[in-house]
Amino acid sequence: MQYDVAVIGAGVCGAMITRELSKLELQVVMLEKYNDVAMGTSKANSAIVHAGFDAENGTLKAKLNVQGASLMAYYCNKLNVPYKNIGSLVVAYSWEDMQTLDILFERGFQNGVPNMEIISKEKLKAMEPHISDTAIGALWAPTAGIVSPYELAIAATENAIMNGARVMRNSGVFDIEYKNDMFFISTAKGVIKAKYIINCAGVFADKIAGMIGDESFKIIPRKGEYYLLDKIEGNMVNHVLFQCPSKMGKGILVSPTVHGNVLMGPTAIDLDFDSKLDLDTTIDGLNTIKQEIHAVIPELTTRNAITSFAGLRAHLEGDECDFIIRPSEKNEHFINLAGIESPGLTAAPAIARYVGEMFCEMAPEYTKKENFISRRPAPVRVRELSLEERKKLIEKDKRYGRVVCRCEGITEGEIVDAITAPCGARDVDGVKRRTRAGMGRCQAGFCGAKVVELLARELDVPMNQITKHGDNSKIVFKKTK
Amino acid sequence: MLKYDLVVIGGGPAGLAAALKAKELGVDKILILERSTTLGGILRQCIHTGFGLHHFGEELSGPEYAYRFIKDVEKTDIEIKVDTMVTDILTGNTVIATNNVDGLMEIQATAIILAMGCRERPRGALEIPGSRASGIMTAGTAQKYVNIEGYMPGKKIVILGSGDIGLIMARRMTLEGAKVEMVCELMPYSGGLTRNIVQCLDDLNIPLKLSCTVIQTHGIERLEGVTIANVDENRKPIPGTEQYIECDTLMLSVGLIPENELTRNAGIMIDPITGGAIVDENRQTSRPGIFACGNVLQVHDLVDYVTQESYTAGEGAAKYIQTKAKNRRPKYIPVCPEGGARYVVPQNISSDADSDVKLYFRVRDVYKNGRITVTNGDTVLYSKKKPKLTPGEMEYVTVKVEDIKKLDKKLPIIVKVEG
Repeated sequence: MQYDVAVIGAGVCGAMITRELSKLELQVVMLEKYNDVAMGTSKANSAIVHAGFDAENGTLKAKLNVQGASLMAYYCNKLNVPYKNIGSLVVAYSWEDMQTLDILFERGFQNGVPNMEIISKEKLKAMEPHISDTAIGALWAPTAGIVSPYELAIAATENAIMNGARVMRNSGVFDIEYKNDMFFISTAKGVIKAKYIINCAGVFADKIAGMIGDESFKIIPRKGEYYLLDKIEGNMVNHVLFQCPSKMGKGILVSPTVHGNVLMGPTAIDLDFDSKLDLDTTIDGLNTIKQEIHAVIPELTTRNAITSFAGLRAHLEGDECDFIIRPSEKNEHFINLAGIESPGLTAAPAIARYVGEMFCEMAPEYTKKENFISRRPAPVRVRELSLEERKKLIEKDKRYGRVVCRCEGITEGEIVDAITAPCGARDVDGVKRRTRAGMGRCQAGFCGAKVVELLARELDVPMNQITKHGDNSKIVFKKTK
Repeated sequence: MLKYDLVVIGGGPAGLAAALKAKELGVDKILILERSTTLGGILRQCIHTGFGLHHFGEELSGPEYAYRFIKDVEKTDIEIKVDTMVTDILTGNTVIATNNVDGLMEIQATAIILAMGCRERPRGALEIPGSRASGIMTAGTAQKYVNIEGYMPGKKIVILGSGDIGLIMARRMTLEGAKVEMVCELMPYSGGLTRNIVQCLDDLNIPLKLSCTVIQTHGIERLEGVTIANVDENRKPIPGTEQYIECDTLMLSVGLIPENELTRNAGIMIDPITGGAIVDENRQTSRPGIFACGNVLQVHDLVDYVTQESYTAGEGAAKYIQTKAKNRRPKYIPVCPEGGARYVVPQNISSDADSDVKLYFRVRDVYKNGRITVTNGDTVLYSKKKPKLTPGEMEYVTVKVEDIKKLDKKLPIIVKVEG
């Protein structure tokens, strides 16, 4: 199959760029090595929309961060993705910290972050009643927020498909050849031909670039571990709470999630180049989170932890701290996105526009589609409906009356929708990310087997073919006698 | 709006027994709401025997035990809606439920019995570091796969926690041809019934490692192994004792949590120790007309006791409905655990209780020749030594009705266990 553009990697950047390119009269394919989109950094990160005071003045990172933060509400509305503009606080505990806040304020101001304010202890306490008494002030950035990162990637993918894009999952790229102005991309699903490549492979971006001989950057997987707490703890924190930043990043934060849970993390540990699959949580990492958060909100404990998890940031080796978003020196038809770590999620909408513009300049032969559909319809979320709305919906389709996941109140109808959607869920974790079935406090103890049954039924395969997250992550083995 | 005298939430052993008792006592319109497609609750997947020794004086399998009650319910005019989830209990005892036949229902009830059972403590709550591989599941989920769905959930298995379900599954998986490497228990004693340790582990030569836990899981796709370690008296892993065990499945049997989301949302007071509602001797909760029984109230080890407790709740609900006792707020005498007693159910006794009251409790630790005393001020209501008391086995003592009449109503009843 021949395409105009192949996007490699279906994370939030890949998906948003694929959607952006689907605005043009061309054939675009997104290649993903896993069984679902958003399986890398996009599914395990802080889910924060950063205001934009961290990146150094004048960098691409600073520009795309601030732009992304202001675009996020628009995109989340168009794509029907959960987003809340709750604002962020960088909390200071000492006068040194207060000086850091001044630096952040100044940097943010230069970057164009609007409406920041350095607030007093009293105001901080009023905004965050549970915060430690040792806090003495904070930097308030009202444009910050929270978003569901994997839902953004899923929604962008679905919308791109509505506009003619193709998505190939389980299609890991292992070789790329360039001849006669055409890339020949060897994937697990056969050879794909494309005139242009956009490398959005996250922690593997260096490996993909290396396939065309581009060794201009190396990606270090920087692990971050997190705790996710029960909604019972949801009232303990109202805004994104950062500590003062250090060399390794923005430190451990605590924040509400768009679904009402509390997220705390991440740690920051650099792994070896060959540990790009290591998503293990560790005793040390989890203990570090507990200790640091205890200093921020002493009452917050992990007694009501739902789960812990780890994600990998795509960190550039060496001194380069800006995003790399540019055509490769080895081939101008090959655009690299590298080092898209925080605030990559925030910047994603701006990155998509930036890459779109870059592409249009590079390939002016492609014109704009006249009938681009910018909106992805909202999935049915029964738990958000009023009793009357629920009644009407169930009258139309009885499957919305059958609750499968008790903790999150997810119905059979919603799970079937998630499986049958464009780029629908094919495994248990895919259903979980799309619907929240199994995301609650019983951790799929009740609905797990039912979700497996529904996947088997809708995909028309036996239960022992269903996996947790693709490959060999089977749930059950052979039939009993 | 549908109207019933009694709505029972949950069609497991607790709900069935409570509904039957209420019917027997003359309650007219009764509705059982069950979220699964069939009645019987967790007993449906408990195909091993050991049920009914106390209640029926015979050894039955789980489905057989449940079937006796289902058969009896079918003989009555008790209405049943299966595959139906209750999502809310509103003020005025209105129950909101949905299914794929009737749609969304608003049901007005004079009395409600909560009988939703319990769930297993999941992996996340244990904070075991490691990967997110498949093959890590609760023992009950594994039991559902093998006994209901007919699929093997694992081939080479480590079980963490020696709760009864874990022990039963060790035997079940072995009989199905899997290799159960070991059962690890964090505590220095098992949380399961002695008979299960003998019949499910000893008889099959499955090692039970006490004071031992899983400290890391390994594998990216399917589980490939776990690291276990011995723990010290503070339950902290002892460095140097780590051991890697190859396995494709980690089953968790590390405790049960009463499923009280509905109860909490209904504003009913919860006992932080049992995780169930605070109730009186009729199993009435802090909301008049709402009763609770079975594992949603306190985790039982024997279904026979669930049946007894549910009869009590059924009786209480019947009395409430028939005497229109709606405005009656009885004066309560609190019942408090002390010493080695962790909790007592019921937490309150009405000062005008008109029959003997059984106080159910569990101990904190293993006691050899422990003494159980029940006192009210200086009055000793009960005092007896027991050769063995363990946290895995629920105990009870009976307070006689004539003693209740004589109680000093200003003082609590204290249930105390001493070593």
